[in-house]
Amino acid sequence: MRTAIAALSALAASAAALAAGLAFAADVPAPAEVPVNWHAVIMFIIFVAITLGITYWAAKRTKTATDFYAAGRGITGFQNGMAIAGDYMSAASFLGIAALVYFNGFYGLIFSVGWLVGWPVILFLIAERLRNLGKFTYADVASFRLQQGPVRTMAAIGSLIVVIWYLIGQAVGAGQLLHTLVPQISYRVSIVIIGALIIIYVTFGGMKATTWVQIIKAGLLLGGATLMALGVMAHEGWSFNNLFSHAVELHPKHLEIMQSVVPIGAKANPIESISLGLTLMFGTAGLPHILMRFFTVGDAKAARKSVLYGTCFIGYFYILTFIIGFGAIVLVANNPEYVVDVTKNVLNLKGGSSMPAVYLSHAIGGDFFLGFIAAVAFATILAVVSGLTLAGASALSHDIYANVIMKGKSTEAQEVWVSKLCVIGLGILAVILGIAFEKQNVAYIVALTFSIAACANFPILVLAVFWRGLTTRGAVLGGYTGIFGSIVLLIIGPTVWTKVLEMGPPIFPYDFPTFVVLPAVLIVAWIASVTDRSASADKERGAFAAQEVRSETGLGAEVATAH
Amino acid sequence: MSELSASKIQSNPKYHQLIKGRDSLAWTLTVLVLIIYFGFILLVAFAPGFITQPISSTSVIPVGLIMGVGVIVASIVLTGIYVQRANNVYDPLIQEIIQEASK
Repeated sequence: MRTAIAALSALAASAAALAAGLAFAADVPAPAEVPVNWHAVIMFIIFVAITLGITYWAAKRTKTATDFYAAGRGITGFQNGMAIAGDYMSAASFLGIAALVYFNGFYGLIFSVGWLVGWPVILFLIAERLRNLGKFTYADVASFRLQQGPVRTMAAIGSLIVVIWYLIGQAVGAGQLLHTLVPQISYRVSIVIIGALIIIYVTFGGMKATTWVQIIKAGLLLGGATLMALGVMAHEGWSFNNLFSHAVELHPKHLEIMQSVVPIGAKANPIESISLGLTLMFGTAGLPHILMRFFTVGDAKAARKSVLYGTCFIGYFYILTFIIGFGAIVLVANNPEYVVDVTKNVLNLKGGSSMPAVYLSHAIGGDFFLGFIAAVAFATILAVVSGLTLAGASALSHDIYANVIMKGKSTEAQEVWVSKLCVIGLGILAVILGIAFEKQNVAYIVALTFSIAACANFPILVLAVFWRGLTTRGAVLGGYTGIFGSIVLLIIGPTVWTKVLEMGPPIFPYDFPTFVVLPAVLIVAWIASVTDRSASADKERGAFAAQEVRSETGLGAEVATAH
Repeated sequence: MSELSASKIQSNPKYHQLIKGRDSLAWTLTVLVLIIYFGFILLVAFAPGFITQPISSTSVIPVGLIMGVGVIVASIVLTGIYVQRANNVYDPLIQEIIQEASK
């Protein structure tokens, strides 16, 4: 039971899980004994073989630090749009949102919308300026005209907390998924396989291999989800009215799945809804592994185009997951082949609550299609974890080692070498934490990662780029307010304080603290900056004009290396 | 980037035209996305009865479903508008500014 809850929460590694976990965590069965799914295993192996081939190809072309961190800045706008989608559409989005719709109906769409609306903001405010000002990490931009040591340290801490917790969520989810699909492989072995593959991709192939793993995975995921949605619509005579009417008929909650704006059974909470909205929107715009993708393209124009492509792919994908979730209500629920015991609960699936999309593929295309979708889900996890590991390693090597410890005096070769060590370290850490957190309730992970991204990374980045008055003191105090404010309020909030620590009623009654912390960060950064009368603060304000020229025109921006 | 061309750019009126124009476009669109999305969220939070009424008496599809898909489509459209404007108006302007600065 506790394993199943952990599995669900982590697999969803999304706020989807947070809500869904609360709504339907009861009576989740243990994975059933099933024969080896050879279709899935063979397709896993084909995918791994192809990606290892790409890694070999990429390794031969990865010589400089720019190659390693930023794929030589030779990725096109379209390719980066695919890779952005590949980085962002985690197994959580695919399995988690489909499951959320399967259990709660319309409510799942409210969630998906929140995951998308950060992208326009990234385009309008961040993407081009990030590309023009930065080199490898978003801390390059935050510290552009400020003191390198303190600002980079703060930014790197923010990045690392987000990356490591996101990694835990993904690792636990990946281990559970692989173990559920191929029960002959234990949870631990699953996680070790994933950790080993990630280390190989990223240490040898760097950003080039990571990008291509993400591109291939995005293609597979979009293709697979499209086929599933087409299968559902064909079954329903190409009519949305049929699809939704059948779902209402067959779902045990009937019309409630079209009328509940909260998880079914939960109480409406307007402030929480708004705080969740803020967290999703600005959290997306502060995820270090997403921001890092803008350094892989040739110029600001390509960065801009890549967001347009990425937004189209991601928006399209969320509409598909909505159809898939409703398709699962029609084709998977009530089906004794997939449901534990139809006489008791027609929704409760063998293998746990993240399985609706997986079983839907079986209902549509048999063992072969199920194998394909399972392999796609696995590819998804590998791609997302690769991107996260590289982002974490860059924060450690480029920000902490090269710029804070060595103060910019290390060579590129040393920096890349340190980065590869960090990749190995983070890969091993992900395996250890994945195993340690197997049976933990990790439902707070999404709130934690997105809150810190929304409250520390995002506002400091925007202030550094747009506000002349920001000084080192403002950035550092504001950033730490975001990091520690989010952590403290999450610890004393309902999920951690009451459910994980079992300390009784929460001191802070909301799961998402962004609506308090984000304004606090802006106020602290503002007060600390305007009251800063030091000579260095004057110099920082004076340096804004030159920064703005580079940020707005791209003059002096890092150029692509020729290959 | 030399100090000279940076200060040359700053004294070019076209540069101020660029910053003013593009920043106001970016912030206007940002505010628009915020209004659209939080409009939707506020309706969900405070007017669930409105959101969940069916689009017609013969349909089970709630109004909010159309609105949710609408927010997704609006996000994509606004993104497209920005890219189109930046490609056609601001990129050529940047080119001019840089050329004039390197003379």
